[in-house]
Amino acid sequence: MTIPREHYLQAVFPTPFHPRTSAANTLNAWHRWRDYTVADAYFDVALEYTALRNACTVFDLSPMTKHLVTGPDALAFMNRLVTRDVAKLKPGRVGYTVWCDDAGQVVDDGTIFHLRDHVYRLCSQERQLDWLLGSALGFDVSITEETHDVAALALQGPTSCAVLKRLGLAGIETLAPFGIRGYAFEGGDLTVSRTGFTGDLGYELWIDPELAVPLWDRLFDVGRVVGVKPMGTFALEMSRIEAGFIQAGVDFLPADRAIRADRTRSPFELDLEWLVDFKKGPFTGRRALLEEKARGSRYRLVKLDVEGNKPAKDAFIYDRRRRNIGVVTSSMWSPAAKSNIALASVQMPYGTPGDELWAEIYYQKELKWSRFMARCTVVEGAFYNPPRRRVQPAADC
Amino acid sequence: MTETATGSANSRVVIVGGGHNGLVCAAYLARAGRKVLVLEAADQVGGAAVTREFAPGFRVSSGAHLLHVLDPVVARDLGLASHGLSFARSGLDTVALADGEPLVLNGAEVRSGTVSAADRATLAEYVARQRRYAAVLARQHGRIPAPWSLAKFAFDIRRLGRADMRELLRVGTMPLYDLLEDRFESAQLKGALALDGVLGAKLGPRSGQTFFTSLQRAGAYALPRGGMGTVTGALAVAARAAGAEIRVSSPVAKLAVAGDRMAGVVLASGEEIAADIVVSNADPKTTFLELLGAQHLDAEFARRVLHFRTLGCAAKLHLALDGVPEFRGVPAARLGERLIVAPDLGYVEAAFNPAKYHEFSPAPVLEITIPSVHDAGLAPAGKHVLSAVVQYAPYDLAEGWDTGRARFLAATLDALARFAPTLRRQILNAELLTPVDLEREFRITGGHWHHGELALDQFMMLRPVPGAAQYATPVGGLFLCGAGAHPGGGVMGSAGRNAARAVLTGSRA
Ligand SMILES: Cc1cc2nc3c(=O)[nH]c(=O)nc-3n(C[C@H](O)[C@H](O)[C@H](O)COP(=O)(O)OP(=O)(O)OC[C@H]3O[C@@H](n4cnc5c(N)ncnc54)[C@H](O)[C@@H]3O)c2cc1C
Repeated sequence: MTIPREHYLQAVFPTPFHPRTSAANTLNAWHRWRDYTVADAYFDVALEYTALRNACTVFDLSPMTKHLVTGPDALAFMNRLVTRDVAKLKPGRVGYTVWCDDAGQVVDDGTIFHLRDHVYRLCSQERQLDWLLGSALGFDVSITEETHDVAALALQGPTSCAVLKRLGLAGIETLAPFGIRGYAFEGGDLTVSRTGFTGDLGYELWIDPELAVPLWDRLFDVGRVVGVKPMGTFALEMSRIEAGFIQAGVDFLPADRAIRADRTRSPFELDLEWLVDFKKGPFTGRRALLEEKARGSRYRLVKLDVEGNKPAKDAFIYDRRRRNIGVVTSSMWSPAAKSNIALASVQMPYGTPGDELWAEIYYQKELKWSRFMARCTVVEGAFYNPPRRRVQPAADC
Repeated sequence: MTETATGSANSRVVIVGGGHNGLVCAAYLARAGRKVLVLEAADQVGGAAVTREFAPGFRVSSGAHLLHVLDPVVARDLGLASHGLSFARSGLDTVALADGEPLVLNGAEVRSGTVSAADRATLAEYVARQRRYAAVLARQHGRIPAPWSLAKFAFDIRRLGRADMRELLRVGTMPLYDLLEDRFESAQLKGALALDGVLGAKLGPRSGQTFFTSLQRAGAYALPRGGMGTVTGALAVAARAAGAEIRVSSPVAKLAVAGDRMAGVVLASGEEIAADIVVSNADPKTTFLELLGAQHLDAEFARRVLHFRTLGCAAKLHLALDGVPEFRGVPAARLGERLIVAPDLGYVEAAFNPAKYHEFSPAPVLEITIPSVHDAGLAPAGKHVLSAVVQYAPYDLAEGWDTGRARFLAATLDALARFAPTLRRQILNAELLTPVDLEREFRITGGHWHHGELALDQFMMLRPVPGAAQYATPVGGLFLCGAGAHPGGGVMGSAGRNAARAVLTGSRA
């Protein structure tokens, strides 16, 4: 642990990249992400976003909660934990997943990195150590949180592969989406995965905190010619909505934080049925999800194309008879998709393509508030999904 | 999932464990036409209600030693009297030992001892009320807990009338200590009544809920002829007569699951036995965490099972005596009654205190029977057996029971010597079963009397844990039928009978 024991003297820490992120943060704009401070933005949110979609950006991912699960029962444990079949995740591969409580309600989502046989890294939005340890009864596994032991950067955007090539990562363009590969870096190990939260071509770089600053420096050294820029959380937020990714605490309430029964969501209710594998054997929430499948779900997560250009922030959703049937959880004007987009949770059976839905939008002009009803179209798939995200080999120049 | 758990009428039911509840369940299921196989790990049936020889020629009820909560419906339905159950003596007095004159009670009546007229009147009223409350509780015992059970419970309480209901709401979760202090004068009487709330529990009179636990003891005490093994022996005869097959020395090592349903069991010998329905008489932790395996359960459910409170606190003492023992102030004619060492409230509470810190009572409380007084067959001619529940003996003793056992035995014999100074000289053989020994002998996690503390947070639809409180469990075809299920322990048979009904109606958790 790099966190000193004098935690009562300081509760929130600079990340391993702080010497560089603070120098780059011309706005001096920061917020807290769990145990760390990270940049809202470095110079201009819109320009950072533009750099992401047109060149590439570096985002400090270090505060992301990371757990290491090892031991003879690591696979069995992971399979009982999450809804997906982890047996299908080969070493060197990453999988997105959710996990549920007994009632089949989503506790969190995250990514499983199958680092090698019997060794998994689980990255999550929320702290999960307690949940993981509580799920370990009867399994021969060791579970640790390694958030502070692994520094991480997300290098995302069309020229991200080119940057890594210039960094000397031979053959990086052949790394498939959701693949993991290890490289030597200045006497240490650099783990690269072709993953990200932006819906673009991109990579995540995992490294010993000691090597964090050298990694940052080298990326900016070699990346300057292809336009690498630092990017803060605000621009990331834009990209993840365009990609249609949900976020814990925003698009769903982690089940272990809910007090009221109807506040939580099942994977089905988050449009994540593809993550649920009933054939793989027992997992927490399986019985409840089978029941839900038989009985029907209460809610549906929908992607909406909203008329006009005013973001439907926190808007109520109505049916054609003006009955309130849901609410927007994330929304923005999407520069990439050139449309006004939103994620919303609506009651069943609403939300099928072709449904007539309306968003009640409040907006302000020079301190004067107005309201209007905007027609919404249910769309399927990501709002922005460039082919370069999946192309193999990745574009490297 | 709405798959029913009844199985087809001619499919096989395996019952893991031949304790009294397993046998009751087997008998009812066999009578309903099910093909039933009982697999008992020990070399005789009965679980913690058995008679065994503990010294050459001396036999004793090695777990439960007094019959007082047996469900009369079970006894009648299964014809236990005609299958061999008889009593050496029923309606035992309670003799509260004292340095001076003992106090002799029988229900509401003070048979001898120095007790004021006011206390006598209060006792009559107190016992009558306890019995009315116990009757309400007994009605819940025969019911499979359901979402509406609380409403029924409330209705039963309401029907007691306004005064009783109000009083129950007031004292329902109260420590017995406060209640007894409020009402009675006699220290001896209060000590004796306090024992009712704490026997078998990890509670002292000052612990909350001891009023509630005391309601489990409102019945009359009886000694089955031949010890408790006669009760379970008769149950086995009844089950066999109904067509059930019983195999002893057949420990089950694993429950076999196929597609989230019971497929059968695997014996320690490796033998596999197929069954659509498995009913477990083993305690919930053994059933879910050892025989089934947490990996077949949802994580929160498994954790709830893990947190089911199962630390036993009662030990069992068996003495082989060379002659008729003498207890101070107890005439020979009363030696065969229920003798207790609980001289006053402070003594009982002080006995409990060390248990909180993983230590045994230096001066324990005891519930003693000398069944050979009424039942000569239990000991060689002229000799006697003494059986006593001894508290408090925390399962998780800090020093460990390997060294603790002998020291606790010494403390127990000292406590006895206070009331029976010559007893020690008569001891031919002594056996002290600590909760760790009870766990080993009866395969009960924690060696707990009730397979898990009986308290309001582990009662009815919370027993053993939500999700398994209707005898059905999350795994299709797996049921519970032991003391860990509603309504708890004591040789009652209600859990076995309710479980059989749950199997037959296919109710699911
Ligand atoms: C010290 C002590 C004193 C008590 N005194 C009294 C008393 O005086 N009066 C009274 O009414 N109650 C008393 N009790 C409580 C009473 O004995 C129990 O509550 C009751 O016997 C429980 O019955 P059961 O059938 O539910 O479970 P048990 O009697 O525990 O039976 C369970 C059976 O399952 C078997 N089993 C477990 N695992 C396996 C396996 N893997 N394979 C096969 N078989 C298995 C066990 O061997 C056992 O036979 C006392 C308890 C103790 C510990």
